[in-house]
Amino acid sequence: MMRFLPWAYLIAAFVFIYLPVGVLVLFSFQEGSLPVPPFNGPSLQWYQTILGDEDLMAALRNSILVAFGSSAVAVALGFLAAYGLARHVLPGSALIRGLLIAPLTVSYLIVGLGLLIVLTRSGFGVSLWTAAIGHVVINLPLAFAIIYASMGAQQQNAERAARDLGASEPKVIVLVTIPMLLPSIAAAFFLSVTLSWDEFIISFLLTRFDVTLPVEIWSLLRSGLSPQLNAIGSFVFLISVAVVLLLELTIFRKGRQ
Amino acid sequence: MSKDQVRGWGFVTPALLWTIAFFIVPFVVMGAMSLASLEGRTLVWDLSLANYAELLEKKYLWRAILVSLEITLTVTVISVVLAYPLAWIIAFRVSPRWQRLALLLAILPFWTSYVVRSYAWLLVLAREGVVNETLMWIGAIAEPITLANTRFATVTGFVHFFVMLLTLTIYANLIQLSPNYRRAAMDLGANAFQTFRHVILPLTLPGIVTGAFLTFVLCIGDYVTPQILGGNTELTVPQVIMVQLGRRADFPLASALAIVLMSIVALAYLLSARWLRLDRL
Repeated sequence: MMRFLPWAYLIAAFVFIYLPVGVLVLFSFQEGSLPVPPFNGPSLQWYQTILGDEDLMAALRNSILVAFGSSAVAVALGFLAAYGLARHVLPGSALIRGLLIAPLTVSYLIVGLGLLIVLTRSGFGVSLWTAAIGHVVINLPLAFAIIYASMGAQQQNAERAARDLGASEPKVIVLVTIPMLLPSIAAAFFLSVTLSWDEFIISFLLTRFDVTLPVEIWSLLRSGLSPQLNAIGSFVFLISVAVVLLLELTIFRKGRQ
Repeated sequence: MSKDQVRGWGFVTPALLWTIAFFIVPFVVMGAMSLASLEGRTLVWDLSLANYAELLEKKYLWRAILVSLEITLTVTVISVVLAYPLAWIIAFRVSPRWQRLALLLAILPFWTSYVVRSYAWLLVLAREGVVNETLMWIGAIAEPITLANTRFATVTGFVHFFVMLLTLTIYANLIQLSPNYRRAAMDLGANAFQTFRHVILPLTLPGIVTGAFLTFVLCIGDYVTPQILGGNTELTVPQVIMVQLGRRADFPLASALAIVLMSIVALAYLLSARWLRLDRL
């Protein structure tokens, strides 16, 4: 009896963990208009519905744009800062690191609220751009921390060798540092893409007419349960999982070898 | 300033400026805003503590703080109790070959938008949802019971998310333990429970506290889960903040609530700082 208890617990835990996702995906194939038992189908009608929905497709394009754009900026800024702090001796570098990491300690709601206040008081207003700015704020600390942690003596030696051979600093960065740090740069980028892709509250506060996918889903939620929401929710979930698996299979696996 | 320093600053400045312009400045403005007040629809910068006084006077405001704390503490405790055995089983019962896969699978749904995850729980807990249908099918209940739009639903949605997070932090702690500790305790005559209670548990406290702290911070600041699953019968602090922003654009009161929220988090940090290992994540 005691021998099976751990396995029973493991199975129960996995049922609990996968129950909502399983129900979400299963009833996205529901034939009929209510995503509750009994299950009729499978049918792809709701996936056709979302593909034909212009608001959802616009939100999808916006989400992709914001996720990739904000992640690119966050990783670029994070890389430069990590390089500067790891390769140059700066006064107060502990303070700079603390400042760059600080947004991680504050909830997204508060980051969004602060930006909302400044943007409305200064008359700038909100748009897709401001949501992207917010996403850079929350992803920059992560990108910086990941890249900074992977800057070791090994790269530094290669950089010194390149410099001794006459390469200028920009050349060293492009030809030596970036290629050597590519796994962690890519990890930071894709982590930031998933976080931005899933993020709701900052996008909700800082967008108006052009919204991202989670915000569009939020407004659809007001009309109650619908297999259409299941279909779009499954889609959002599968994209996040695909990015995470991609990360796991390529970057982290290589990193361990 | 040396040439090396000038170059260094050149690399650091863009990120630093971004953080200052879009995080520090908004944060300071928000702090100042919490000391302003709203007269009619115009903002008055009168540097008063009126908003904070209002928090103490108005019952629905401190009620929200209480509700937030209750939900967050319940969620943190339940999540730790459920996640610990799961992390334990993955670390010590699953063979090393499959451990990484088991862990990856155990935390995969973690990467779902709060909005989608909460909606999925709404489906599961709905009146005609899977749980009610199953319970009726096995004959445990005759009529569907109300599960969605309750505090129970909010707590369930949160626990689901944080069990995954805590499994990760506790697992990371467990696999770092040398098996020698367990062997030594057993050799000295401790039974399995005593070994756990006096040796393993104290050694995994950092993993537990780190995960619990993250749970606390993310849970108390979340608006989406209680809004979708809790059904507006009681409001948490983030929900009240959003009400202030929406209905009357009361930025000063919303800011004061945000500052209170941050103070609670800071307090939680001070209480758990002794065991926190945030750098090890």
